[in-house]
Amino acid sequence: MKEELQKRVIKGPDGVEFEVEPLRDYYCEAPPTVMPGAYIQIVEDLFNWARAESIWILGFGTGCGAIEMRPLMTPRFDAYRYGVQWRPTPRQANLLMISGYLSTKTLKRAIRSYEQMQSPKYVVGLGSCTINGGMYWDSYNTIKRLDDYLPVDLYIAGCMPRPEALLAGFQDMKKLIRAGKGEGANRYAENFDWYKANQKRVIHDWDMPDYSW
Amino acid sequence: MEFDWMKIPYALLTLFIVVNYGFLLNALIQKIAARVGRRYGIPIWQNYVDLIKNYGLRSSITHGAMFYLGPVFRLSGGVGLLLFVPAIYGSYMFSNLSFAGDLILALYFIFFGTLGMALGAGESGHPYAAIGVSRGLSQVTTSELPLALAVFSVALQYQTLSVTEIVAAQQGGILNWTLFTNPVAVAAAMLSFLGSMMRPPFDVVLAPQEIPIGPPTEYHSSYLALMQTNRAIFPVAKIVIYMNLFFGGASDWPTFFLKVFLIYLWSAFVGVVFPRFRVEQSIRWFLIWAVPLGILSILMV
Repeated sequence: MKEELQKRVIKGPDGVEFEVEPLRDYYCEAPPTVMPGAYIQIVEDLFNWARAESIWILGFGTGCGAIEMRPLMTPRFDAYRYGVQWRPTPRQANLLMISGYLSTKTLKRAIRSYEQMQSPKYVVGLGSCTINGGMYWDSYNTIKRLDDYLPVDLYIAGCMPRPEALLAGFQDMKKLIRAGKGEGANRYAENFDWYKANQKRVIHDWDMPDYSW
Repeated sequence: MEFDWMKIPYALLTLFIVVNYGFLLNALIQKIAARVGRRYGIPIWQNYVDLIKNYGLRSSITHGAMFYLGPVFRLSGGVGLLLFVPAIYGSYMFSNLSFAGDLILALYFIFFGTLGMALGAGESGHPYAAIGVSRGLSQVTTSELPLALAVFSVALQYQTLSVTEIVAAQQGGILNWTLFTNPVAVAAAMLSFLGSMMRPPFDVVLAPQEIPIGPPTEYHSSYLALMQTNRAIFPVAKIVIYMNLFFGGASDWPTFFLKVFLIYLWSAFVGVVFPRFRVEQSIRWFLIWAVPLGILSILMV
Protein backbone atom coordinates (compact mmCIF):
# COMPACT_ATOMS: atom_id res chain seq x y z
CA MET A 1 0.00 0.00 0.00
CA LYS A 2 1.18 3.50 -0.80
CA GLU A 3 2.70 5.58 1.93
CA GLU A 4 0.14 8.36 1.77
CA LEU A 5 -2.70 5.88 2.28
CA GLN A 6 -1.30 4.35 5.44
CA LYS A 7 -2.61 5.09 8.89
CA ARG A 8 -0.46 7.77 10.47
CA VAL A 9 -0.33 10.54 13.04
CA ILE A 10 -0.34 14.08 11.70
CA LYS A 11 0.52 17.30 13.45
CA GLY A 12 -1.94 20.04 12.59
CA PRO A 13 -0.98 23.69 12.00
CA ASP A 14 -2.13 24.56 15.51
CA GLY A 15 0.08 21.90 17.08
CA VAL A 16 -2.64 19.34 17.80
CA GLU A 17 -1.74 15.79 16.85
CA PHE A 18 -4.41 13.55 15.36
CA GLU A 19 -4.58 10.19 13.70
CA VAL A 20 -5.48 9.87 10.02
CA GLU A 21 -6.53 6.70 8.26
CA PRO A 22 -7.10 7.85 4.67
CA LEU A 23 -9.08 4.90 3.35
CA ARG A 24 -11.46 5.06 6.33
CA ASP A 25 -11.65 8.83 6.69
CA TYR A 26 -11.77 10.05 3.12
CA TYR A 27 -13.78 7.31 1.46
CA CYS A 28 -17.02 5.52 2.10
CA GLU A 29 -16.33 1.81 2.22
CA ALA A 30 -19.91 0.54 2.39
CA PRO A 31 -20.55 -2.19 -0.19
CA PRO A 32 -23.18 -1.54 -2.86
CA THR A 33 -26.72 -2.79 -2.36
CA VAL A 34 -29.23 -4.23 -4.79
CA MET A 35 -31.55 -1.47 -5.96
CA PRO A 36 -34.98 -2.59 -7.08
CA GLY A 37 -36.77 -0.80 -9.89
CA ALA A 38 -39.87 1.33 -9.54
CA TYR A 39 -42.69 -0.41 -7.68
CA ILE A 40 -45.22 0.03 -10.46
CA GLN A 41 -44.26 -1.92 -13.56
CA ILE A 42 -45.50 0.63 -16.06
CA VAL A 43 -43.29 3.33 -14.48
CA GLU A 44 -40.30 1.01 -14.65
CA ASP A 45 -41.14 0.31 -18.29
CA LEU A 46 -41.22 4.04 -19.00
CA PHE A 47 -37.86 4.49 -17.29
CA ASN A 48 -36.41 1.54 -19.20
CA TRP A 49 -37.58 3.08 -22.44
CA ALA A 50 -35.96 6.39 -21.49
CA ARG A 51 -32.75 4.64 -20.43
CA ALA A 52 -32.66 2.80 -23.74
CA GLU A 53 -33.25 5.93 -25.79
CA SER A 54 -30.75 8.04 -23.90
CA ILE A 55 -27.50 6.12 -23.49
CA TRP A 56 -24.71 8.26 -22.14
CA ILE A 57 -21.31 6.72 -22.63
CA LEU A 58 -18.37 7.35 -20.37
CA GLY A 59 -15.69 8.81 -22.60
CA PHE A 60 -12.92 6.62 -21.20
CA GLY A 61 -10.86 4.99 -23.92
CA THR A 62 -9.21 1.92 -22.45
CA GLY A 63 -7.62 0.07 -25.35
CA CYS A 64 -6.99 0.39 -29.05
CA GLY A 65 -10.75 0.13 -29.65
CA ALA A 66 -11.17 3.65 -28.35
CA ILE A 67 -10.19 4.86 -31.78
CA GLU A 68 -13.22 3.12 -33.27
CA MET A 69 -15.54 5.16 -31.10
CA ARG A 70 -14.43 8.57 -32.32
CA PRO A 71 -15.87 8.16 -35.83
CA LEU A 72 -19.27 7.66 -34.20
CA MET A 73 -19.34 11.35 -33.32
CA THR A 74 -18.53 12.40 -36.87
CA PRO A 75 -20.95 13.10 -39.72
CA ARG A 76 -20.37 9.73 -41.33
CA PHE A 77 -21.78 7.64 -38.48
CA ASP A 78 -23.32 10.21 -36.09
CA ALA A 79 -24.47 8.10 -33.13
CA TYR A 80 -26.23 11.15 -31.62
CA ARG A 81 -29.28 10.48 -33.78
CA TYR A 82 -29.80 7.23 -31.85
CA GLY A 83 -29.77 9.00 -28.51
CA VAL A 84 -26.18 7.99 -27.79
CA GLN A 85 -24.04 10.72 -26.26
CA TRP A 86 -20.60 10.90 -24.68
CA ARG A 87 -20.27 12.23 -21.18
CA PRO A 88 -16.90 13.24 -19.82
CA THR A 89 -17.64 12.28 -16.23
CA PRO A 90 -18.59 8.87 -14.77
CA ARG A 91 -21.24 10.48 -12.56
CA GLN A 92 -23.43 11.30 -15.53
CA ALA A 93 -22.70 8.26 -17.66
CA ASN A 94 -24.75 5.06 -17.93
CA LEU A 95 -22.61 2.93 -20.16
CA LEU A 96 -18.97 2.02 -19.65
CA MET A 97 -17.41 0.95 -22.90
CA ILE A 98 -14.35 -1.23 -22.37
CA SER A 99 -12.79 -0.72 -25.75
CA GLY A 100 -10.35 -3.53 -26.32
CA TYR A 101 -7.58 -4.99 -24.20
CA LEU A 102 -7.46 -3.98 -20.58
CA SER A 103 -4.14 -3.99 -18.78
CA THR A 104 -4.33 -4.62 -15.06
CA LYS A 105 -3.22 -1.06 -14.48
CA THR A 106 -6.13 0.28 -16.51
CA LEU A 107 -8.48 -2.25 -14.95
CA LYS A 108 -8.01 -0.46 -11.65
CA ARG A 109 -9.15 2.84 -13.17
CA ALA A 110 -11.96 1.16 -15.06
CA ILE A 111 -13.27 -0.38 -11.83
CA ARG A 112 -13.18 2.95 -10.02
CA SER A 113 -14.92 4.68 -12.91
CA TYR A 114 -17.54 1.97 -13.11
CA GLU A 115 -18.27 2.17 -9.41
CA GLN A 116 -18.73 5.93 -9.54
CA MET A 117 -21.44 5.62 -12.18
CA GLN A 118 -25.03 5.76 -11.00
CA SER A 119 -27.26 2.72 -11.10
CA PRO A 120 -28.58 1.34 -13.43
CA LYS A 121 -25.36 1.14 -15.39
CA TYR A 122 -24.17 -1.03 -18.22
CA VAL A 123 -20.87 -2.41 -19.44
CA VAL A 124 -20.14 -3.20 -23.07
CA GLY A 125 -17.04 -5.18 -24.00
CA LEU A 126 -15.67 -4.13 -27.34
CA GLY A 127 -13.51 -6.48 -29.38
CA SER A 128 -12.32 -10.01 -28.85
CA CYS A 129 -9.75 -8.95 -26.23
CA THR A 130 -12.55 -8.46 -23.73
CA ILE A 131 -14.05 -11.88 -24.51
CA ASN A 132 -11.06 -14.20 -24.29
CA GLY A 133 -7.93 -12.08 -24.39
CA GLY A 134 -7.80 -11.97 -28.19
CA MET A 135 -4.33 -11.46 -29.55
CA TYR A 136 -3.14 -10.70 -26.02
CA TRP A 137 -4.20 -14.15 -24.78
CA ASP A 138 -0.71 -14.92 -23.41
CA SER A 139 0.18 -11.44 -22.20
CA TYR A 140 1.29 -11.19 -18.59
CA ASN A 141 -0.37 -7.85 -17.85
CA THR A 142 -3.77 -7.88 -19.54
CA ILE A 143 -6.94 -9.49 -18.29
CA LYS A 144 -8.46 -12.22 -20.42
CA ARG A 145 -12.17 -12.34 -19.55
CA LEU A 146 -13.73 -9.00 -18.74
CA ASP A 147 -16.80 -10.71 -17.33
CA ASP A 148 -14.78 -11.92 -14.35
CA TYR A 149 -14.13 -8.37 -13.19
CA LEU A 150 -17.11 -6.28 -14.26
CA PRO A 151 -20.69 -7.36 -15.07
CA VAL A 152 -20.72 -7.22 -18.87
CA ASP A 153 -24.11 -6.76 -20.54
CA LEU A 154 -23.02 -7.07 -24.14
CA TYR A 155 -19.99 -8.01 -26.20
CA ILE A 156 -19.28 -6.63 -29.63
CA ALA A 157 -16.94 -9.13 -31.28
CA GLY A 158 -14.23 -8.25 -33.77
CA CYS A 159 -10.63 -7.15 -33.86
CA MET A 160 -11.45 -4.29 -33.97
CA PRO A 161 -15.17 -4.03 -34.74
CA ARG A 162 -16.00 -1.32 -37.23
CA PRO A 163 -18.11 1.67 -36.15
CA GLU A 164 -21.06 0.09 -37.94
CA ALA A 165 -20.75 -2.89 -35.62
CA LEU A 166 -20.81 -0.51 -32.67
CA LEU A 167 -24.00 1.08 -33.93
CA ALA A 168 -25.55 -2.37 -34.26
CA GLY A 169 -24.33 -3.10 -30.74
CA PHE A 170 -26.05 0.01 -29.42
CA GLN A 171 -29.29 -1.15 -30.99
CA ASP A 172 -28.91 -4.55 -29.28
CA MET A 173 -28.12 -2.81 -26.02
CA LYS A 174 -31.31 -0.80 -26.36
CA LYS A 175 -33.32 -4.00 -26.79
CA LEU A 176 -31.73 -5.46 -23.67
CA ILE A 177 -32.43 -2.36 -21.61
CA ARG A 178 -35.98 -2.06 -22.82
CA ALA A 179 -36.62 -5.71 -21.93
CA GLY A 180 -35.46 -4.92 -18.39
CA LYS A 181 -32.33 -7.07 -18.71
CA GLY A 182 -29.81 -4.32 -18.09
CA GLU A 183 -29.38 -5.14 -14.41
CA GLY A 184 -25.59 -5.29 -14.34
CA ALA A 185 -25.34 -2.97 -11.34
CA ASN A 186 -27.51 -5.30 -9.28
CA ARG A 187 -25.57 -8.33 -10.47
CA TYR A 188 -22.41 -6.59 -9.35
CA ALA A 189 -23.93 -5.86 -5.94
CA GLU A 190 -25.21 -9.42 -5.50
CA ASN A 191 -21.90 -11.05 -6.40
CA PHE A 192 -19.79 -8.28 -4.93
CA ASP A 193 -17.44 -10.60 -3.02
CA TRP A 194 -16.81 -12.75 -6.09
CA TYR A 195 -16.01 -9.75 -8.28
CA LYS A 196 -13.76 -8.20 -5.63
CA ALA A 197 -11.88 -11.48 -5.13
CA ASN A 198 -11.28 -11.70 -8.89
CA GLN A 199 -10.19 -8.08 -9.09
CA LYS A 200 -7.79 -8.40 -6.17
CA ARG A 201 -6.29 -11.53 -7.69
CA VAL A 202 -4.89 -9.56 -10.62
CA ILE A 203 -4.44 -6.11 -9.07
CA HIS A 204 -1.57 -6.59 -6.68
CA ASP A 205 -1.11 -3.01 -5.46
CA TRP A 206 -4.66 -2.58 -4.21
CA ASP A 207 -4.58 0.94 -2.76
CA MET A 208 -8.17 2.05 -3.02
CA PRO A 209 -11.40 1.57 -1.10
CA ASP A 210 -13.33 -1.61 -1.82
CA TYR A 211 -16.12 0.40 -3.38
CA SER A 212 -15.77 3.92 -4.76
CA TRP A 213 -18.94 5.84 -4.12
CA MET B 1 -51.73 46.77 -2.23
CA GLU B 2 -54.25 44.58 -3.94
CA PHE B 3 -52.85 41.27 -5.12
CA ASP B 4 -54.66 39.29 -7.77
CA TRP B 5 -54.34 35.63 -6.80
CA MET B 6 -55.40 34.47 -10.25
CA LYS B 7 -52.00 35.68 -11.49
CA ILE B 8 -50.26 32.72 -9.86
CA PRO B 9 -51.87 29.93 -11.94
CA TYR B 10 -51.49 32.13 -15.02
CA ALA B 11 -47.79 32.56 -14.30
CA LEU B 12 -47.46 28.79 -13.84
CA LEU B 13 -49.11 28.31 -17.21
CA THR B 14 -46.50 30.61 -18.75
CA LEU B 15 -43.83 28.54 -17.03
CA PHE B 16 -45.28 25.33 -18.47
CA ILE B 17 -45.35 26.72 -21.99
CA VAL B 18 -41.82 28.08 -21.68
CA VAL B 19 -40.40 24.81 -20.30
CA ASN B 20 -41.73 22.84 -23.23
CA TYR B 21 -40.76 25.48 -25.73
CA GLY B 22 -37.31 25.64 -24.17
CA PHE B 23 -36.76 21.88 -24.48
CA LEU B 24 -37.80 21.86 -28.12
CA LEU B 25 -35.84 25.04 -28.87
CA ASN B 26 -32.66 23.68 -27.30
CA ALA B 27 -32.93 20.50 -29.32
CA LEU B 28 -33.67 22.50 -32.46
CA ILE B 29 -30.62 24.71 -31.96
CA GLN B 30 -28.47 21.64 -31.30
CA LYS B 31 -29.86 20.13 -34.47
CA ILE B 32 -29.04 23.25 -36.44
CA ALA B 33 -25.49 23.24 -35.08
CA ALA B 34 -25.24 19.54 -36.00
CA ARG B 35 -26.47 20.22 -39.53
CA VAL B 36 -23.78 22.86 -39.91
CA GLY B 37 -21.30 20.11 -39.04
CA ARG B 38 -23.06 17.88 -41.62
CA ARG B 39 -24.41 15.60 -38.94
CA TYR B 40 -28.03 14.56 -38.69
CA GLY B 41 -28.28 15.68 -35.07
CA ILE B 42 -30.31 14.50 -32.10
CA PRO B 43 -34.02 13.73 -32.33
CA ILE B 44 -36.10 16.76 -31.42
CA TRP B 45 -37.55 15.03 -28.33
CA GLN B 46 -34.14 13.84 -27.06
CA ASN B 47 -34.02 16.35 -24.21
CA TYR B 48 -37.29 15.01 -22.79
CA VAL B 49 -35.93 11.46 -22.88
CA ASP B 50 -32.72 12.53 -21.17
CA LEU B 51 -34.75 14.25 -18.50
CA ILE B 52 -36.94 11.19 -17.81
CA LYS B 53 -33.88 9.00 -17.73
CA ASN B 54 -32.08 11.21 -15.26
CA TYR B 55 -35.12 11.34 -12.99
CA GLY B 56 -35.38 7.57 -13.37
CA LEU B 57 -31.88 6.72 -12.21
CA ARG B 58 -32.02 4.63 -9.05
CA SER B 59 -29.07 5.87 -7.07
CA SER B 60 -27.73 9.28 -6.22
CA ILE B 61 -25.11 10.37 -3.77
CA THR B 62 -24.63 13.68 -2.04
CA HIS B 63 -21.72 15.83 -0.97
CA GLY B 64 -23.59 17.94 1.57
CA ALA B 65 -26.35 20.50 1.90
CA MET B 66 -25.08 23.03 -0.63
CA PHE B 67 -24.76 20.21 -3.15
CA TYR B 68 -28.54 19.81 -2.92
CA LEU B 69 -29.15 23.53 -3.02
CA GLY B 70 -26.95 24.31 -6.03
CA PRO B 71 -29.35 23.01 -8.71
CA VAL B 72 -32.30 24.40 -6.74
CA PHE B 73 -30.74 27.89 -6.74
CA ARG B 74 -30.00 27.53 -10.40
CA LEU B 75 -33.55 26.53 -11.21
CA SER B 76 -35.02 29.27 -9.04
CA GLY B 77 -32.79 31.76 -10.88
CA GLY B 78 -34.32 30.70 -14.19
CA VAL B 79 -37.89 30.47 -12.90
CA GLY B 80 -37.63 33.76 -11.01
CA LEU B 81 -36.27 35.49 -14.07
CA LEU B 82 -39.21 34.27 -16.08
CA LEU B 83 -41.92 34.94 -13.52
CA PHE B 84 -41.09 38.56 -12.85
CA VAL B 85 -41.06 39.89 -16.39
CA PRO B 86 -44.05 40.06 -18.71
CA ALA B 87 -43.91 37.29 -21.34
CA ILE B 88 -46.68 38.63 -23.57
CA TYR B 89 -47.18 42.38 -23.68
CA GLY B 90 -50.71 43.60 -23.11
CA SER B 91 -51.99 40.17 -22.07
CA TYR B 92 -53.46 39.94 -18.60
CA MET B 93 -52.90 36.19 -18.53
CA PHE B 94 -49.23 36.21 -19.44
CA SER B 95 -47.91 39.42 -17.93
CA ASN B 96 -46.84 37.25 -14.96
CA LEU B 97 -45.86 38.91 -11.70
CA SER B 98 -44.24 41.96 -13.26
CA PHE B 99 -44.16 45.14 -11.20
CA ALA B 100 -42.68 48.62 -11.30
CA GLY B 101 -39.03 47.82 -10.57
CA ASP B 102 -38.78 44.40 -12.20
CA LEU B 103 -35.83 45.36 -14.40
CA ILE B 104 -33.49 45.50 -11.38
CA LEU B 105 -34.80 42.17 -10.10
CA ALA B 106 -34.28 40.59 -13.51
CA LEU B 107 -30.66 41.76 -13.60
CA TYR B 108 -30.18 40.16 -10.20
CA PHE B 109 -31.82 36.88 -11.19
CA ILE B 110 -29.55 36.53 -14.23
CA PHE B 111 -26.61 36.35 -11.85
CA PHE B 112 -28.34 34.37 -9.12
CA GLY B 113 -28.21 30.96 -10.79
CA THR B 114 -24.51 31.22 -11.47
CA LEU B 115 -23.83 32.04 -7.84
CA GLY B 116 -25.94 29.10 -6.65
CA MET B 117 -24.09 26.85 -9.03
CA ALA B 118 -20.77 28.12 -7.70
CA LEU B 119 -21.75 27.23 -4.14
CA GLY B 120 -23.08 23.80 -5.10
CA ALA B 121 -20.17 22.91 -7.34
CA GLY B 122 -17.72 24.11 -4.72
CA GLU B 123 -19.25 21.71 -2.21
CA SER B 124 -18.81 18.79 -4.59
CA GLY B 125 -15.07 19.15 -4.04
CA HIS B 126 -14.09 18.16 -7.55
CA PRO B 127 -11.11 20.14 -8.87
CA TYR B 128 -12.64 20.47 -12.33
CA ALA B 129 -15.77 21.91 -10.77
CA ALA B 130 -13.67 24.54 -8.98
CA ILE B 131 -11.84 25.45 -12.20
CA GLY B 132 -15.13 25.63 -14.07
CA VAL B 133 -16.71 27.83 -11.43
CA SER B 134 -13.83 30.28 -11.29
CA ARG B 135 -13.87 30.54 -15.08
CA GLY B 136 -17.62 30.83 -15.16
CA LEU B 137 -17.84 33.54 -12.54
CA SER B 138 -15.12 35.67 -14.11
CA GLN B 139 -16.65 35.31 -17.55
CA VAL B 140 -20.19 35.99 -16.39
CA THR B 141 -19.01 39.04 -14.46
CA THR B 142 -17.41 40.60 -17.51
CA SER B 143 -20.24 39.64 -19.82
CA GLU B 144 -22.76 41.12 -17.36
CA LEU B 145 -21.02 44.49 -17.44
CA PRO B 146 -22.07 45.49 -20.98
CA LEU B 147 -25.57 44.13 -20.34
CA ALA B 148 -25.93 46.18 -17.16
CA LEU B 149 -24.67 49.28 -18.97
CA ALA B 150 -27.06 48.68 -21.85
CA VAL B 151 -29.96 48.13 -19.46
CA PHE B 152 -29.16 51.38 -17.62
CA SER B 153 -28.96 53.15 -20.94
CA VAL B 154 -32.39 51.83 -21.91
CA ALA B 155 -33.80 52.71 -18.49
CA LEU B 156 -32.44 56.24 -18.87
CA GLN B 157 -33.82 56.51 -22.37
CA TYR B 158 -37.36 55.56 -21.33
CA GLN B 159 -37.08 57.02 -17.80
CA THR B 160 -38.49 53.88 -16.18
CA LEU B 161 -37.42 50.65 -14.48
CA SER B 162 -40.54 48.72 -15.44
CA VAL B 163 -40.18 46.24 -18.29
CA THR B 164 -43.85 46.62 -19.17
CA GLU B 165 -43.50 50.38 -19.66
CA ILE B 166 -40.36 49.91 -21.75
CA VAL B 167 -42.26 47.51 -24.01
CA ALA B 168 -45.18 49.92 -24.15
CA ALA B 169 -42.86 52.71 -25.31
CA GLN B 170 -41.68 50.55 -28.22
CA GLN B 171 -45.11 49.80 -29.66
CA GLY B 172 -46.39 51.17 -32.93
CA GLY B 173 -44.03 50.02 -35.64
CA ILE B 174 -40.66 48.40 -36.02
CA LEU B 175 -38.82 51.74 -36.01
CA ASN B 176 -39.90 52.37 -32.42
CA TRP B 177 -37.91 49.37 -31.20
CA THR B 178 -34.88 50.07 -29.04
CA LEU B 179 -32.93 48.34 -31.78
CA PHE B 180 -33.44 51.47 -33.90
CA THR B 181 -33.83 54.14 -31.25
CA ASN B 182 -30.74 53.11 -29.28
CA PRO B 183 -28.67 50.78 -31.51
CA VAL B 184 -25.43 51.12 -29.52
CA ALA B 185 -27.02 49.77 -26.34
CA VAL B 186 -28.51 46.86 -28.29
CA ALA B 187 -25.13 46.09 -29.83
CA ALA B 188 -23.49 46.01 -26.38
CA ALA B 189 -26.26 43.81 -25.00
CA MET B 190 -26.16 41.39 -27.93
CA LEU B 191 -22.40 40.96 -27.49
CA SER B 192 -22.99 40.28 -23.81
CA PHE B 193 -25.73 37.84 -24.79
CA LEU B 194 -23.17 35.62 -26.50
CA GLY B 195 -21.29 35.26 -23.24
CA SER B 196 -24.14 33.83 -21.23
CA MET B 197 -25.58 31.29 -23.66
CA MET B 198 -22.99 28.55 -23.03
CA ARG B 199 -22.22 28.29 -26.69
CA PRO B 200 -18.88 28.76 -28.46
CA PRO B 201 -16.84 30.94 -28.46
CA PHE B 202 -17.71 31.42 -24.79
CA ASP B 203 -18.27 27.85 -23.61
CA VAL B 204 -14.93 27.42 -21.88
CA VAL B 205 -16.86 27.14 -18.61
CA LEU B 206 -18.18 23.73 -19.53
CA ALA B 207 -15.23 22.90 -21.79
CA PRO B 208 -16.33 19.33 -22.47
CA GLN B 209 -12.94 18.27 -23.74
CA GLU B 210 -10.38 19.69 -21.37
CA ILE B 211 -12.03 20.04 -17.97
CA PRO B 212 -14.76 17.42 -18.16
CA ILE B 213 -17.97 19.45 -18.11
CA GLY B 214 -16.74 21.97 -15.47
CA PRO B 215 -19.09 22.94 -12.62
CA PRO B 216 -21.56 20.04 -12.95
CA THR B 217 -18.83 17.36 -13.01
CA GLU B 218 -20.17 15.70 -9.87
CA TYR B 219 -23.85 16.27 -10.60
CA HIS B 220 -25.92 13.29 -11.65
CA SER B 221 -29.41 11.77 -11.70
CA SER B 222 -32.06 14.08 -10.22
CA TYR B 223 -29.64 16.95 -9.57
CA LEU B 224 -28.64 16.93 -13.20
CA ALA B 225 -32.26 16.66 -14.25
CA LEU B 226 -33.07 19.82 -12.29
CA MET B 227 -30.24 21.59 -14.03
CA GLN B 228 -31.43 20.33 -17.41
CA THR B 229 -34.85 21.79 -16.66
CA ASN B 230 -33.15 25.08 -15.94
CA ARG B 231 -31.21 24.73 -19.17
CA ALA B 232 -34.58 24.82 -20.91
CA ILE B 233 -36.04 27.72 -18.92
CA PHE B 234 -33.10 30.06 -18.46
CA PRO B 235 -32.19 30.84 -22.10
CA VAL B 236 -35.82 31.52 -22.94
CA ALA B 237 -36.29 33.68 -19.84
CA LYS B 238 -33.17 35.66 -20.66
CA ILE B 239 -34.23 36.05 -24.26
CA VAL B 240 -37.64 37.27 -23.08
CA ILE B 241 -35.87 40.12 -21.31
CA TYR B 242 -33.85 40.93 -24.42
CA MET B 243 -36.97 40.75 -26.54
CA ASN B 244 -38.83 43.07 -24.19
CA LEU B 245 -36.03 45.57 -23.81
CA PHE B 246 -34.69 45.76 -27.34
CA PHE B 247 -36.98 44.09 -29.87
CA GLY B 248 -40.38 45.48 -29.07
CA GLY B 249 -41.68 42.59 -26.97
CA ALA B 250 -44.33 40.20 -28.20
CA SER B 251 -48.07 40.68 -28.11
CA ASP B 252 -49.01 37.06 -28.87
CA TRP B 253 -47.43 33.60 -28.60
CA PRO B 254 -46.49 33.11 -32.29
CA THR B 255 -44.56 36.40 -32.27
CA PHE B 256 -43.02 35.36 -28.97
CA PHE B 257 -41.87 32.00 -30.34
CA LEU B 258 -40.48 33.55 -33.50
CA LYS B 259 -38.59 36.36 -31.80
CA VAL B 260 -37.14 34.10 -29.11
CA PHE B 261 -36.01 31.64 -31.78
CA LEU B 262 -34.36 34.35 -33.86
CA ILE B 263 -32.53 35.86 -30.89
CA TYR B 264 -31.36 32.40 -29.83
CA LEU B 265 -30.25 31.72 -33.38
CA TRP B 266 -27.90 34.70 -33.13
CA SER B 267 -25.83 32.94 -30.46
CA ALA B 268 -25.97 29.65 -32.37
CA PHE B 269 -24.90 31.43 -35.54
CA VAL B 270 -21.88 32.97 -33.87
CA GLY B 271 -21.22 29.67 -32.10
CA VAL B 272 -20.88 27.55 -35.22
CA VAL B 273 -18.66 30.10 -36.95
CA PHE B 274 -16.11 30.87 -34.25
CA PRO B 275 -13.96 28.52 -32.18
CA ARG B 276 -13.74 28.63 -28.43
CA PHE B 277 -12.04 31.46 -26.54
CA ARG B 278 -9.86 30.80 -23.55
CA VAL B 279 -11.21 32.50 -20.47
CA GLU B 280 -8.69 35.33 -20.41
CA GLN B 281 -9.32 35.93 -24.11
CA SER B 282 -13.05 36.12 -23.59
CA ILE B 283 -12.70 38.49 -20.64
CA ARG B 284 -10.41 40.71 -22.66
CA TRP B 285 -12.82 40.54 -25.59
CA PHE B 286 -15.74 41.68 -23.46
CA LEU B 287 -13.75 44.47 -21.84
CA ILE B 288 -12.35 45.72 -25.14
CA TRP B 289 -15.35 45.40 -27.46
CA ALA B 290 -18.54 45.23 -25.42
CA VAL B 291 -17.97 47.45 -22.39
CA PRO B 292 -16.95 50.60 -24.37
CA LEU B 293 -20.10 50.16 -26.46
CA GLY B 294 -22.14 50.05 -23.25
CA ILE B 295 -20.50 53.20 -21.90
CA LEU B 296 -20.97 54.91 -25.26
CA SER B 297 -24.67 54.02 -25.23
CA ILE B 298 -25.09 55.67 -21.83
CA LEU B 299 -23.20 58.75 -22.98
CA MET B 300 -25.33 59.01 -26.11
CA VAL B 301 -28.54 58.89 -24.11
